[in-house]
Amino acid sequence: MAAISREEVAHLAHLARLAVTEDELDTFAGQLDQIVSSVARIGEVAADDIPPTSHAVPLTNVMRADEPRPGLSREAALAGAPAVENDRFRVPQILSEEA
Amino acid sequence: MSELTGRTAEELGAAIAAGETSAVEVTRAHLDRIDAVDPAVHAFLHVAGESAVAQAAEVDRRIAAGEKLGPLAGVPVAVKDVVVTQDMPTTAGSKILEHWLPPYDATLVRRLREAGLVVLGKTNMDEFAMGSSTEYSAYGPTRNPWDTGRIPGGSGGGSAAAVAAREAPLAIGTDTGGSIRQPGAVTGTVGAKPTYGGVSRYGLIAFSSSLDQAGPVTRTVTDAALLHEVIGGHDRCDSTSIDAPVPPVVEAARRGLTGDLTGVKVGVVREFAAAQGAEPGVVAAFEAGVQTLTKLGAEVVEVSCPHFEYALPAYYLIAPSECSSNLARFDGVRYGLRVGDDGSRALEEVMSLTRDRGFGPEVKRRVILGTYALSAGYYDAFYGQAQKVRTLVTRDFTAAFEQVDVLAAPTTPFVAFPFGSRTADPTQMYLADLYTIPSNLYGGPAISVPCGLSEGLPVGLQIMAPTMADDRMYRVAAALESTQSPRLADQTPEVTA
Amino acid sequence: MSVATTDLADVLSRYEVVLGLEVHVELGTRTKMFCSCPTTFGAEPNTQICPVCLGMPGALPVVNAVGVESAIKIGLALGCDIAQWCRFARKNYFYPDMPKNFQTSQYDEPICFDGAIDVDVDGKPVTVAIERAHMEEDTGKSLHVGGATGRIHGATHSLLDFNRAGIPLVEIVTKPIVGAGADAPAIARAYVAAIRDIVRALGVSDARMDQGSIRADVNVSLMPIGATEFGTRTETKNVNSLRSVERTVRFEMLRQAEVLDGGGVIHQETRHFNEATGETMGGRVKETATDYRYFPEPDLVPLAPEREWVEKLRAELPELPAAKRARLRSEWGLSELDMQAIDNAGAFDLIEATVSAGASPESARKWWLGELSRYANEHDAELAELTATPAHVAELQSLVDGGRLTDKLARTVLSGVLAGEGTPAEVMAARNLEVVNDTGALTAAVDEAIAANPDVAAKVRDGKVAAAGVLVGAVMKATRGQADAKSVRELIIARLTAE
Ligand SMILES: [Mg+2]
Ligand SMILES: [Zn+2]
Repeated sequence: MAAISREEVAHLAHLARLAVTEDELDTFAGQLDQIVSSVARIGEVAADDIPPTSHAVPLTNVMRADEPRPGLSREAALAGAPAVENDRFRVPQILSEEA
Repeated sequence: MSELTGRTAEELGAAIAAGETSAVEVTRAHLDRIDAVDPAVHAFLHVAGESAVAQAAEVDRRIAAGEKLGPLAGVPVAVKDVVVTQDMPTTAGSKILEHWLPPYDATLVRRLREAGLVVLGKTNMDEFAMGSSTEYSAYGPTRNPWDTGRIPGGSGGGSAAAVAAREAPLAIGTDTGGSIRQPGAVTGTVGAKPTYGGVSRYGLIAFSSSLDQAGPVTRTVTDAALLHEVIGGHDRCDSTSIDAPVPPVVEAARRGLTGDLTGVKVGVVREFAAAQGAEPGVVAAFEAGVQTLTKLGAEVVEVSCPHFEYALPAYYLIAPSECSSNLARFDGVRYGLRVGDDGSRALEEVMSLTRDRGFGPEVKRRVILGTYALSAGYYDAFYGQAQKVRTLVTRDFTAAFEQVDVLAAPTTPFVAFPFGSRTADPTQMYLADLYTIPSNLYGGPAISVPCGLSEGLPVGLQIMAPTMADDRMYRVAAALESTQSPRLADQTPEVTA
Repeated sequence: MSVATTDLADVLSRYEVVLGLEVHVELGTRTKMFCSCPTTFGAEPNTQICPVCLGMPGALPVVNAVGVESAIKIGLALGCDIAQWCRFARKNYFYPDMPKNFQTSQYDEPICFDGAIDVDVDGKPVTVAIERAHMEEDTGKSLHVGGATGRIHGATHSLLDFNRAGIPLVEIVTKPIVGAGADAPAIARAYVAAIRDIVRALGVSDARMDQGSIRADVNVSLMPIGATEFGTRTETKNVNSLRSVERTVRFEMLRQAEVLDGGGVIHQETRHFNEATGETMGGRVKETATDYRYFPEPDLVPLAPEREWVEKLRAELPELPAAKRARLRSEWGLSELDMQAIDNAGAFDLIEATVSAGASPESARKWWLGELSRYANEHDAELAELTATPAHVAELQSLVDGGRLTDKLARTVLSGVLAGEGTPAEVMAARNLEVVNDTGALTAAVDEAIAANPDVAAKVRDGKVAAAGVLVGAVMKATRGQADAKSVRELIIARLTAE
C-alpha cells in the first residue's frame, strides 16, 4: 500500500474544508498511513460476487404523506446563527467558480 | 450521600409511585450527589438543576392528581451530549457546537419526558462520539469512578461514569462501534445497544448513520430493559426505524433474574477468543462468566465467525467515511462556532478555519480518512470493499444464530487504562472496540453486563442476539447478574476528589 | 469576444456539434422532498424551514411519497423504464446554500432510465434519447450584497434564505444529441419546451421557467467532422427561458469554434448565460476536478416501487402533449402552415381552450394569431398573460356568428376587453356597439342617404351598382358603424332598383 503523501493529505484537507497547519499535515500523513495500512487487509477478502451492505436493516419504501407540518419559527431558526442580516443567514464573500 | 442515590431506577420509580418519596426529593438527591462528586468525575457537561427540579415537581403534581404514569416516572436520567435537547446546550463534546441550544428535542428525549423521566443534564463524551476513552472530549476527560487516574471508556464515558458514581440511576448512551458497551464494561455498569432501528435516531447527532444506535446505561439489567422500553419503538421521523413493537425486554429481564437458563444455547465465537491482545485477567473473568451461564442451565457451544478479523478494518473505513459527510454541515454558517470572519477573509477560508479550530485531532483524522476512503479511485478498494465485508460479517452472524440463541464474548479486550496510554497511536485506541464492532456492522442488539474484576477493575461480558431479539440478551444478562450479590455496579468505590 | 464574424453554417462546415441537456424540474408537491415544510413560492425568507432542511445536527430525512410518484410519472411520460430498486446517494461538496454540505440525490441508481421523446422542430419530429430522470433536492437562495449588480462577484457578503432548500427536483438528463447540425439551437429549445409541456400536462409542476421551476443546464461541445471522440464540453448552468436555451447553444457553438480555430482548447467548465449580452461567461478554471465522493445515503432506505403501483400510474397518465397535438391537428383541420404558426406563437393551449369554449378552430386561430398576437407584440406581453381569455374570445366569436357584432365591431369590443372593461357582452353593451338590426331605423337612414346623394342614386338606378358604395358609406356613418355593411348594401340596391 502506497504511503499517503503530505500533498495528498493537503488535498483531502481542502476537500474537507480543514485549514490544517503544516505540523498537522505531517502528523496526519504519518497517522493516516498507519491507519490505512492497518485497514488495507480488507482487500484480502475475495468479495467480487458479494453485494455491499449499505443499511443494517432490510427496509424499503419508507415514505411519508405530502402533508405540510409547522417547522421552525424564523426566530428559532436564526437564533443559533453566527451572523444574521435581513432575516437571513449572513456569510462572508463567496468566491466562486461561478461568474 | 442520600440513601436514594443507591437505589435502582426500578426501586425509585416504585417508591415515587407509592408516595414513599417524591420525584423532587429523588432529583435533589442526585443533584446533590453531582455537586459532591462531579468535580472529581466530570461526567457532566451541563447540569440542568432548575429545570430538572421543575420537571420533577410536575411529575409529582401529575401523580398527586391520580395520573397513571410509567414505571420510571420521576426517575432522573442523564443524557449523552450527542442527543439534542431543546432546553439544554448540546455540544457533542465539540468546540464547534459550544453554547449551541438546539431548537428541537430528539425523539428519544421527547419519549423520556412523556414517560415522566427527569432529565438531569448532558454527559461528557469523546468529540462527536469518536473515541474509546473520553480523552477526545473538547471539554476535558471524564474520570473512571473506580480509579480516577483511568479512563471511563468512550465515547460515552460520561454516561457510564455518572451511573457508576451514582450521579444518575439511568443514562442514555449511543453506540456506533461500542460506545455504550465498552464504557459499561470498564465502569462496572450495564450498557445495551438495541437492534439498529429499534430506537429512533432522530435528534442523535450523527457520527456514522448506518451504525449509530442509542441505548440505556444503568446499574441493573432490569433498569436497562425498563429504559429501553421507554425510548424504543417506531418513529416516523427516522426512515431506518423498524415499524414493529419493542421486543418484550422487561419481561425477559425478569425471567432472567430467576437464574434459570435451561434450554438456552450460548455460542462462544472461536475467532473472538483467538484474537490477539486481550488481557489475561479479562479472558479469565469472561471464562468464569461463561462457566456461570453453564451452571444456570445454558448449553455453551463454540461457533465460528470467519470474517471477524475483517470487522475492525471495515468499521474503520465505514464510520470515518460516513462521518466525513455527516460532519460537513458544521461549517459556521447556520449554527455553532465561526472563526476568522473579520471582513478580510472569504467564506471558504472562514469555513476551513472554523472547522480546523472547532474540531479536535481525532475528528479531523477520521474526516480526512473518510474523505480519502470515499474518493474516486479509492471507493471500490475501501468503502465499497468494507460494505462487502459488512455483508460477510452479517452472513457469519446469521449462520451462527441458526445454531445458538445468543453469542457471548468479552466486551472489550482490556480493563480501564490509564489516561494517555493509548492516545499516541490511534490504532491502539481502536482495539478497544474489537469485540463490540461486529454487532454494529450486523445491526443486532448487544449488551455488556459486569462479570467480574481484573486487577481490581470491572470486566464486562457481552451478550449478542439476533436482530429484533433484544429480549434474549436481557434474559441471559439478567441471569448472570442474578448470581452476583452484591451486584458489581453497587461496589463502585467512593470517589474522592 | 466577437462571434458575429462567424456564422453557424461556417462552423458546421468544419465541426459537428454534440448537445446534452439536463433539465431540473421543481415538483409542485405541497411539502419538500425530505421534510414536511411547505413549498409556497415567494414566502418571507427563512419561514419555510425546519431542522431537517436546515441541516441541523441530528435531523433526519423522510421521503415524500408524492415526490416519488411524480418522478415515476415523469419517467413514464418520457418512455423510461422504472427502477425495480434504487437508492438515494449523497453528493458531497461544500456550498453555503446547501445546508448539509451534501446534496441528497441519486447517483448510479436513478429511479427512471432509458427513455426517449419526439420533439417537434419546424414540423419535423426529432427523437431525443433520455439517459435518466432522477430525484434530488433543491438548494437555498443566496442574495449577494455590496456588488454593483447583485452578482456574486464584487459582493462584500451574501445572505442566505433556505425556503427553497429541500424542494423536490427531478433532473432529466438526455443522452448526447449528435448530428443536430444547424438545428441544434432549435432542437435544444424544442426539447426544453417539450419537457415543460409534459410536466405541465402531468400536473407535477407549475413549469414556470420565469420562476425557476424549470431550469436547464446546456452542454455543448464541438468535434471536427469525422472525429470519433466528442470534444470537451462546457456546461452552461441554470438557463431559464426557451429563448435563452436556443441562444446559449448558438453562442457556444460560435464561441467554441472560434477558440478551436485559433488553436485554443475548450476547458471543461461551468458557464453562465447573460440575458443582457446574449453571451455565456466562464469563471475561473477549476484547479482540480470535482470529486463528489458519492455514497448511498444511509439515512434513507432503498426504494423498490411496486410494479402494480407503476402500472397504475401508467394507466392514469393523462393524454400527453405530443399525442394531443396529433389528435387536435387532425380534428381541427388546419393547414400545416397554420399549425406551425400556432406553435411559433405558443398559442396552442389557448386555441385549444377557445375551441373547447365553443369557437371554431379557424376563428380561434384567427383571433389569437391576428388581433391578439398583434396586441401582445405591441405591449411586449405573452399571449397567456393578456386580459382576454379563451372564454372571452369564444364569446366574442359567438356574438359575431349571431350577427350581433360585425368583424369590425368585434375588434373594437376586443380592445375594450383587453383594456379590462369586462366581458365582450359587457363591453358591447357599455359602449353601445351592437349591430343595428332595427329595419325601420335602417330604412330611414337609407332613404336619407339617397335623398342626400341624388346623383349617386341615379347612377345606381342606371345599373352602375358599384357606385352604391358611397351610399353604404353614408349609411354606415349615420349608424356609427353599427350596421352590417353587407345588408345595408343589399337594402340600398333593393330600394333603388325596385323603384
Ligand atoms: Mg443534479
Ligand atoms: Zn424542512
